Parts: sequence; C-alpha cells; structure tokens
Amino acid sequence: MVKELFIQGNEACAEGALKAGCRFFAGYPITPSTEVAETLAIKLPAYKGSFVQMEDEIGAAGAIIGGSWGGSKSMTATSGPGFSLMQENIGYAFMSETPIVIVDVQRGSPSTGQPTMVGQGDMMQARWGSHGDYEPIALSPSSVQEFFDFTVEAFNLAEKFRTPVFVMADEIVGHMREKIIIPDKIDIVPRKMPESQKDFLPFKNNGINPMPSFGEGFDIHVTGLTHDERGYPDANNPKTHDTLVRRLSSKILDNKKDIVSTQKDFCEEADIVVVSYGAPFRSALNAVNIARDDGLKVGSFKLNTPWPFPEAEIREISKNASHIIVVEMNLGQIYWEVERVACSNSKTHLIGKIGGEIPKPNEILAEIKKVGGN
Amino acid sequence: MREDIRIAGFGGQGVILSGIIVGKAASLFDNKNAVQTQSYGPEARGGASRCEVVISDETIDYPKVQNPDIFVAMSHEALMTYIDDLKDGGTLIIDPGTITESEIEEFVKEHNIKLYRAPATEIATNEIKLKIVANIVMIGAFVKITNAISKEAAIKAIEDSVPSGTEEKNIQAFEAGYNFV
Amino acid sequence: MPDEKSPFLKYLREDRLPTIFCPGCGIGTIINSFLKGVNEAELDFDNLALVSGIGCSSRIPGYIQSDSLHTTHGRAISFATGLKVSNSDLDVVVFTGDGDAASIGGNHLIHAARRNINLTVICINNNIYGMTGGQISPTSPKGSFGSTAPYGTTDNPFNLAELVATAGASYSARWTTLKIHHVVRSIKDALKNPGFSFVEVISQCPTYFGRKNKLRSPVDMISYMKNNTVFKAQVPSLSRKELEGKIIVGEFANTKKPEFVENIKELSKSKSDSEPIQNSAYLEEF
Repeated sequence: MVKELFIQGNEACAEGALKAGCRFFAGYPITPSTEVAETLAIKLPAYKGSFVQMEDEIGAAGAIIGGSWGGSKSMTATSGPGFSLMQENIGYAFMSETPIVIVDVQRGSPSTGQPTMVGQGDMMQARWGSHGDYEPIALSPSSVQEFFDFTVEAFNLAEKFRTPVFVMADEIVGHMREKIIIPDKIDIVPRKMPESQKDFLPFKNNGINPMPSFGEGFDIHVTGLTHDERGYPDANNPKTHDTLVRRLSSKILDNKKDIVSTQKDFCEEADIVVVSYGAPFRSALNAVNIARDDGLKVGSFKLNTPWPFPEAEIREISKNASHIIVVEMNLGQIYWEVERVACSNSKTHLIGKIGGEIPKPNEILAEIKKVGGN
Repeated sequence: MREDIRIAGFGGQGVILSGIIVGKAASLFDNKNAVQTQSYGPEARGGASRCEVVISDETIDYPKVQNPDIFVAMSHEALMTYIDDLKDGGTLIIDPGTITESEIEEFVKEHNIKLYRAPATEIATNEIKLKIVANIVMIGAFVKITNAISKEAAIKAIEDSVPSGTEEKNIQAFEAGYNFV
Repeated sequence: MPDEKSPFLKYLREDRLPTIFCPGCGIGTIINSFLKGVNEAELDFDNLALVSGIGCSSRIPGYIQSDSLHTTHGRAISFATGLKVSNSDLDVVVFTGDGDAASIGGNHLIHAARRNINLTVICINNNIYGMTGGQISPTSPKGSFGSTAPYGTTDNPFNLAELVATAGASYSARWTTLKIHHVVRSIKDALKNPGFSFVEVISQCPTYFGRKNKLRSPVDMISYMKNNTVFKAQVPSLSRKELEGKIIVGEFANTKKPEFVENIKELSKSKSDSEPIQNSAYLEEF
C-alpha cells in the first residue's frame, strides 16, 4: 500500500532505511540528527531488527561495521562532532569494503558550533575526513521526500559497491516537515553470498566482490591493514598496497556513470548557472525562477551526489555558462571543486552562507543580477 | 498562491502541534503543498515557542517564513517579538486573554493589518473545560478566518494528530473556535 | 619432539605461520589455552567469530581458522557488539591487550560489561605496549619502566578484572600464563557464560617489559610472576604490605544476569512475534 505521510526529514530518513532493508542501527544522540535514532528505536523491533544506543559515536561506527559483517544492512546517524569521531572507523570500512550507511545531519560548525542551526561544513570531511586515499559516495537531499529516496539509494549503492555511503543532509531538511509518498514496492539491492567456500577470495583484485557474513563457514579474515586477496595482512609489500588501494578507488571512479546524479533546471542555454545541494537548492531554484521571469538566462544545477564529484557534468555546463555561482552553507568547500573543473571556461562565484540560516532567495538573486551586469 | 503562516506562543501551549496539523491538513487532505518548520534548541523549551507553515498550490522552494501573511499570536511575548515581521495588509489573530492590545494598536493601523480576536484560552477553559486544547480552538478560528485550509481537512488532520481517545474532545474544541468567529 | 604436531594445528591458518610473536612471548601459550578451552566448552569452531583491535594480542585472530575481524585500536568490543547483535548465534570472542582494552578502548570495555552482552573478552595483559616498542600502559605497575617512562611511571595502574566486574560483567577472572589449567578452565567458563565474560591473563613480554625492567629473559619474567602471584582466597589473610606489587589471581565475578542481546530479542518478539531476522541483508524483499 502506498503511504502518504506528513513527517520530518529525519523521520523520512528512518522510513527509507527500513524500506531499504536496514535491520541494525547503532547510534549516539546528537542534535539535529536524533529523530533518526528515535524513530528507529520505536520501529526496528517491529521490523524484526535491532537498535543499540552506543556509548559514543566511535562505538556506533564500529558497531555498524560489525553489524554489517553479521549479515544486516546497518546504519548510524549523527552530526558534525559525531562525524568527526567516526572518521577512523569510516576509513576502516573503506579499507575492509564494508557496506554501511552514515547519515550526517549537518549543523553550524566547526566544533560544537550551532547545534540547532543549519550548516554544510562537513562536505570536505565526507570527502577526506579519514586518513588516506579513498573515494566516497555521498548524497545530499533537499526535501523530505529526497531524504527518504536518497537513504534508500544510499543502501543500494553501499551494497552494489561494497562501500560506506554518506547521506549528507542538513538541519533544515532534517527538521522540516513535508508530505512524502512511500511506494509499496521499491527497488532494493540485496547482498550476494559468495557461491562457494572453496577457494573464495573475499578481496579478489577484480572490482567488487560478493560478501559473505560471519558464521557461514568462509573463515574470512577482515582487517584494516593492507591485505592480500585472502584478506591476510601484507602491510610491508608495496605492490599489495598499491593494487588494493587503486582497486578501492577505481571500483567507484570506474562506475561514476552509475553513481553520479544531478538535477538540471534550465541549464541548456544558461549564461549563469547556480550550483547548489541540500536545503540551499530550494532558495537557489526560487531565485533562478525569479531571475528568469526578469528575462535573465539563468539555470540551476543541483548535485544529488556531491561525491563522487560530477566533474564531467560541471565541465559541460561551463562550456556555455559565463558565470557559475555556487551556493553553500560554508565558506567554500564544493565551490573549490567547481572552480577546479570550470575555471578555464567560466568565472566562478561563491555565496558562502554561514551563521545558521539558509541563504535567502533575494541574496542569490542579487548575486545573479550582479554577475549578470544588471 | 503561496501563504506564509506563523504561529507563536509560549512552551506548553501546543504551538508546534498546531503547525503540524495545519501543514498536514493542507498537504495530505487538501492536496496542496505544505512545509512546516519550527525553532529548536534551548529557546524552544519553555519560554517562547514558534512554528511556521508555508502552504501553496505550487511546489514550495524556499521553505522558511520571513514575512508571514498570517500571524497567530497566543502570548503577548510572542506577539511583540514577531509582529514586526508581519506583511503590510497581513492577517493577525490574537488570543485577547493573553495579550495587551493597546501596545499594537498603532502598528495595526499603520500597516493596515486585519486584526481578529479569538479567545481560545477562555473558550478552552470555560466551554471545553480543558485548557490544553486552546491550540485546537485557535485552529478552528484560524480556519474560519483565513480559509487557508478547508474545515474537512482540518478535522481529518486533528484526528490524525492528537492522542487516540482524545479525538472527540479536540474536534469539539475545533468546532467551538470555528463557530466563535 | 620435532615431528610431533600440536593437536590444535588444524585450527590454525597454517598458511600464515610462523607468527609475528617474539620468542618467549606469552601469546602462544594463550592461543593454546584458548583452543583447549573452546574444545572443552564443546563449541563449534565454525561458529566462532574472533574480533580484535590493535596490538600484539590483536593479531591472534589472524592465525586462527575462523571468521575474524581485526579492527581499529581500542574499538574491537564495539565492532563485536554490532556483530553479536546482528547475529546472536555466533560465539563472539574478543582478543585484546592492556593498551587496547583499558586505555584507548576503556569506554567500550566498561559499557559492554554494563550491558552484560554475551561476548568473551580475553585480555592479554603484559603491562606494556609491545607493538609500538615498549611504552607504559594503564596497567604498568607504579615505578616500572617503559620508553615513555624512562624514570619509572608514577601513574596508578588499573586493576582490570576488578574494574570489569564492578562495571557489571557476569564473569571476570584473572590468571597468569603460568596457571594454564586455570586459564583454560576460565576460558571454558567464559565461553559458556551467557553474558559478558572477561578473562585477564597476565603475560610476559620479555622483549620490552623484561628488557626495560631488569627481567631480560623469559625465565626471569616467569620466575617473577611465580614469586608474586597470590590467590584471591588468600588475600584476606595478608596485610596491605604483603600484598604490595602482587598479582592477585582468581575469579572476580561469576553470576547470572539478564543479557543484552536476549533483551533485544525479547523486545523484537513482543513487537513483531519474531526474533530479529538473521542475514537480512541477503533478502530480496522485506
């Protein structure tokens, strides 16, 4: 049965997780993400799943990695300070190719910053927060429906590529209420048990491997150390390390076409394109619509997946656009990615709004008019 | 058409629930679009409480309310804190029992505000004999005055939002507010 | 006995031998005791899941033929918590050391004990950081030397078995690598105990602790342990002075308490008429 609900983004995230097959959640309370945990604490027992409140976010990240190897799709939800604490185990999940979903409902930062106010200061932390080279996948919802949809997608991508996936939401999307439609059936990606225990190589050097769970007789060894195809530590071997880390990166980069998602409005003939993601998209689209009513050639480009960064798509936009305005709630994080890709074709501008409020449409409109020479 | 609504009062009056009911009524039962937001944090516990709803026939992009078309004030403190944001020609609904009206007379006149009085607390206390349903009484008055949501949708949204077993009392409260105006 | 193979060799990942452990290290003895304990508890080896953090002791799971999760420093118990909750049929055993469990992982240790989650934690306490080259740990005796305590540590050590018992574990014991029969029996009891079980084994690290504390050979270390061990039962008859610097061995908790995962299962049953589904990640629909 199709369900229509008027709920908060954080509740929609929990609904999406349940629909995608999440049956294990471990977390630690933190504003403004707590409703995700609270909703799952209520609902998981009825869905034959388990909820654990851990002692801290480090433990929460560890527990969901353990939960995933135990055979459950696993998730945690947090905000900036908790995301910082999780980074070491996030690196472990990348290295051990453990599918998990981590939801970050971003607030004003750095440090404890603004617990109840909105921010997007963790975008580069999602990209580079843990030490070393890895290629993250991150999705940024800009509505309650998208928070549901993108959480489902996060689980699917995590399973498809055997990797951690981030849902980089923000306080506005997490806390606001809107109508969402939950379809009866959604496409989910189930995990694949390897066919045979004999000669099974869990970390085979050929892209994405099936993943057994513990207790199925595979006698798998999982480690964060540089490991060979069997999973055995081989940390002093330059070739083993090079092969492993390059494979982990290329399994994402070679599949960018399958992963990257963007939404383009009026970009074809736009001279000015406004790039945004998450809640600020809503102000950006409003400003673009007003500017177009005024006769300006303006388009909106939304990153559904800030990571991996949609380089090809931004480059394409830059061929026509003289100006690209990036709107985000930090002092320039995704902006520099856009600048890196578009600088030879377009002039780039940043509206970096901090303070805990989303940029207002008239602020973006003013910038559009300024760069457009009006 | 987009309508920006702000409801404010003090903690414990059920201000947030009122906003949720209005948003739910519009989006689930009137087939319009609605976004509800609210203030969070220490300032939301006790003291002032604030909740906003945007209702529109079209897709709602910017989700926040800057200058409301409609402002429902359930306490004097909330009224004085937010009245300046109200649009010229906007609608102001006050609960006269909780407000010193003389302090806003000038503003109402200058900005051409349409002022309505809905004694929600008094009706809830004396007529329904249950002070905590003042917010629902206020929704009744709000619906009659503004037509922002339909009466049918409001009733369905109330039934869907209040604790089970309290529906009847709440609908009674809604009707009392609706019929007063 | 050059041709005599250990009866436990079949439980090891032979392709990974020899181990990285130093000559004279106590870990080998503890691996043997563990395998014996598993046998005596009559557990199915295929059902074992070994979890560890970082440090010498945390390398043990890599040598045992079973599913094993070698995790980040101090966090093994949190990974093990998720693993056990996700699949409660597994016999989850954590191998850890004094630095891993009591310093960086101290919070996870006490909270797992508080929850009384059905894990068996074997903590190999050698009073020093071996993997990084001999720094003092939270269990280093006052006055002992390490590369980060060149003048002798003035810190007070943790009494781990007692700490864990106080935090709520239903089983907690301490032995030394000299008391092998006790170690085996405790591991067996711990594995069979349906709750949080902690077995602390005081072990020798001749390479670092010995070298820095004038106990250079394994024999010196073993003699030191032998001469300084006191059974818990003897404690009341000894004076404070007599107990100074002594290793007190015995059981510190052995009781029955409600278990964490069982509580989760009960909740699930009350809300859905079923225990949590296992291997749900592999389901094509829900």
